[in-house]
Amino acid sequence: MNRRLFPGLTVLSLVFFVTAPIIIVRAPYESTMGLVQKIFYFHFPSWMAMFLAIFILGVASGIYLFRRAPAADRLAVAAAELAVVFGLMGLITGPLWGVKAWGVWWQWDARLTMAVILELILVAYLLLRRYGGAGSEQLAAGLGMFAMANVPFLYVSTEIWRTVHPRTSVVPTLPVDFGIPLWWSFSGFIVLCLALLTARGRLEEQRAALDQLYLALEEE
Amino acid sequence: MRPRGANHARAASLGVALFVLCAVWAGGHTTFAAQPPDAAQDGFVPMNDIPPEDQLPAAPLLVAAYSVVWAIAIGYMWTIWRRLGTVEQELADVSRRISERERPGE
Repeated sequence: MNRRLFPGLTVLSLVFFVTAPIIIVRAPYESTMGLVQKIFYFHFPSWMAMFLAIFILGVASGIYLFRRAPAADRLAVAAAELAVVFGLMGLITGPLWGVKAWGVWWQWDARLTMAVILELILVAYLLLRRYGGAGSEQLAAGLGMFAMANVPFLYVSTEIWRTVHPRTSVVPTLPVDFGIPLWWSFSGFIVLCLALLTARGRLEEQRAALDQLYLALEEE
Repeated sequence: MRPRGANHARAASLGVALFVLCAVWAGGHTTFAAQPPDAAQDGFVPMNDIPPEDQLPAAPLLVAAYSVVWAIAIGYMWTIWRRLGTVEQELADVSRRISERERPGE
């Protein structure tokens, strides 16, 4: 993990995050939802950042499972934690929008239920890594790949099943005035995800180095 | 002819009774006034739009959503920084212990 990347990525994400509210305020109101629709500009990108983290988790888990590369395993742990963090953002901002748009905080429909299950799979991954003991890396890698396999189903769930959630097709058909703040926020979240991944990856590297030092200390 | 004290007692009793009656009437009147003026008792009347005073304001929800995102991002960054600090401190300690062990044999 490149240590020099972190300051640059952090500053860039800060620029995106500080300017995003200004751009969002200037965006037009949606005709049926009004002001509350603007939550979408943080809600959707948080899920996209989560999906990016899960993609990294799945690929890194696959590499670790088939090639036993410790660096890939460290990257997978970092990405799994980030996926939980961004998923949490999505799970909190969603009901804040839903209570106004639907009149209820939560609906147990296909999209929302799948989102919770995906978050729980990721939490299970972290619990397995923390309390699973020796050999839990391989089990966790399998779980990480399983989490990645869930993402496409979650993404298209609004197209397959009848849900109260807005359909995925809303995003590609957005008018430019809605698109600019969305893609601006999206860029901010992706850069933030990469910045946090760099920092979290560094933590895993240092932990691995510490383990090596303890082993060296015991062998002496 | 009744004694004068009995008349006073009767007048006082009448005054107290009148006061109690007034108090009960006024209290009851206040209670009725506190009820919603047009709470549907005889039948429900449909309407299409929620009155503005009943609508959930969107601005606090929007501010809450953005605050949560900021709080989680900053909080998570802080936990990474703290954990990294702890590990790097431990790393320095163990390195020092190893180098101290190696020194006498040199």
